[in-house]
Amino acid sequence: MERRSLVPYLLILPAFAYLLFFVGYPLIQALYLAFTQNGALSLDVWRRTFSDYYFWSAFKYTIALAGIIVPTQVALAVVLALLMNRVFKGKDAALYALIIPLTISDVAAGLIWYSMLSPYGFVNKLLMNLGVISQPIYVFGYEYRTREFFAIVIAELWRSTAIVFVIILAGLQMISREYIEAAEVFGASYWTRLRRIVLPLLKPSIQSALIIRTLFAMQIFGVVWILAGRDIPVLAGEGYYQLTEIKDAGVASVYALIIAGLSILLGTLYIKFLRAEYLEVGE
Amino acid sequence: MNDETKYALKKIGFYTAVFTAAVWILIPIVISFLYAFTSKADYYDPTKIIPTSFTSEYVNTILFTLGAWDGIKNSVIVAVLTIIISFVLGVPAGYSIAKYMFPGKDHIKLSIVALRMFPIPVMAIPLLVLYIDLRLADTLLGVALAHTAMALPFVVLITSSIFAGVSKEYEEAAMVFGLTRFGSFRKITLPLALPGLAAAAMFTFVMSWNEVFVASILTLNNRTLPAQILSIMAGSSGGAAPDYYKFAAAFIMTLPAMLFILFARRYLITMWGITLK
Repeated sequence: MERRSLVPYLLILPAFAYLLFFVGYPLIQALYLAFTQNGALSLDVWRRTFSDYYFWSAFKYTIALAGIIVPTQVALAVVLALLMNRVFKGKDAALYALIIPLTISDVAAGLIWYSMLSPYGFVNKLLMNLGVISQPIYVFGYEYRTREFFAIVIAELWRSTAIVFVIILAGLQMISREYIEAAEVFGASYWTRLRRIVLPLLKPSIQSALIIRTLFAMQIFGVVWILAGRDIPVLAGEGYYQLTEIKDAGVASVYALIIAGLSILLGTLYIKFLRAEYLEVGE
Repeated sequence: MNDETKYALKKIGFYTAVFTAAVWILIPIVISFLYAFTSKADYYDPTKIIPTSFTSEYVNTILFTLGAWDGIKNSVIVAVLTIIISFVLGVPAGYSIAKYMFPGKDHIKLSIVALRMFPIPVMAIPLLVLYIDLRLADTLLGVALAHTAMALPFVVLITSSIFAGVSKEYEEAAMVFGLTRFGSFRKITLPLALPGLAAAAMFTFVMSWNEVFVASILTLNNRTLPAQILSIMAGSSGGAAPDYYKFAAAFIMTLPAMLFILFARRYLITMWGITLK
């Protein structure tokens, strides 16, 4: 045990102060920009935001994208992690392939999937040469919004499932073999073991993956901007557009605050949900 | 069906699933690399799924005419500045959390994680207002300062787990033999922690290299690569550049990340607590 001293605090202080400043100052500034008009308190900026044609669809699209992408990729990641959590030939190579997207940015993923799905892209050429379709399927453009939406979903699933996979695989590896072996001795089938032992023990990992991915989904931007531009408006994209094109820092701040509000709300919900689960288990 | 065929079928099913997953990740990368160098004629030929004639024209145009090369230079400068600043601030904090017991430690650790949860757009938009006052707008240092705020919690947590992994006995032994606390840190703990710190630095690099929102908002003339690519490719209305330029851009953005994973793949996995084999 160390002698009580100020040293550990002094070592942490610079980092903590830096973070506090870079979170605190922008927050105060955002609140100021969002609630004032010409230096006086006003809700005018909010009225301007809510009456914007793009606001509600940005809100809806952001929630819809997160609602489809996050649960799908968590399910996908659990299956992949279960597959990869055993010993087999070529495991290292497969593992490396699966984690490659960890280093690929959302902008790059958008461009890569554009090259797959564009009119003369790989998917169209392949399907046409196989005789499945006779005309290229157009995915991009204002009139194909639904298809653009699914192109974004595919690109995001492709890119960001890797991080969920890694978190869940790490969680799987921490489950002691003894539990599973004990269940095997008592004749539990694979499905019973999965449902009764593995998945409950995996819950903390799944939940932290859910929180992390949902928070990032609220800020989805680069991949949408590359694949759909403002055809599919999202909150972060509108904030960006308002600041860089319209030069309205107030409205941009409102978008930022809404993203922050959603993040805090969802984070709290997840943590509440997680506590309730633990109480049930403790019965 | 006897047990043997059942086992064989299971094995085939398993390998098919793993193979499908790997192919699903790899095919788009391979295709986008191929198409980046495909000539215009081959690209618009509907019968050519796999192109046969290649050109480096589009990659060159993006790099040298449209300014991606400058973007790469800016990205490297920003990433290196981010690593330096976040390590100068983060390593002492990580060491403190790993090696000292003190009241409020868990709360401090938790609030550092919580601060990371703070969404990036909220940070970037008001920062621009501050940066204009401080004359940091459109500077690489400004972007690096914002990226540091993004990377710092990560650096603190990772370095603290790295330092916690270096046994206390070594340091104590060194201090018995007359080294000061700082001396034993420098001579014993730091060298032992170095590989882990290098991995954390590489990950910080990738984080900064990939970040686009903050960089796009805080810069105009000195853009990092993703910000530069975003403005060339999508403009404000979207879909401005011809297809083959988009493929070339995808290649330019992905290749460095791929090279990175070639060197750091083992660390990238173990950093998240996964043991290989």
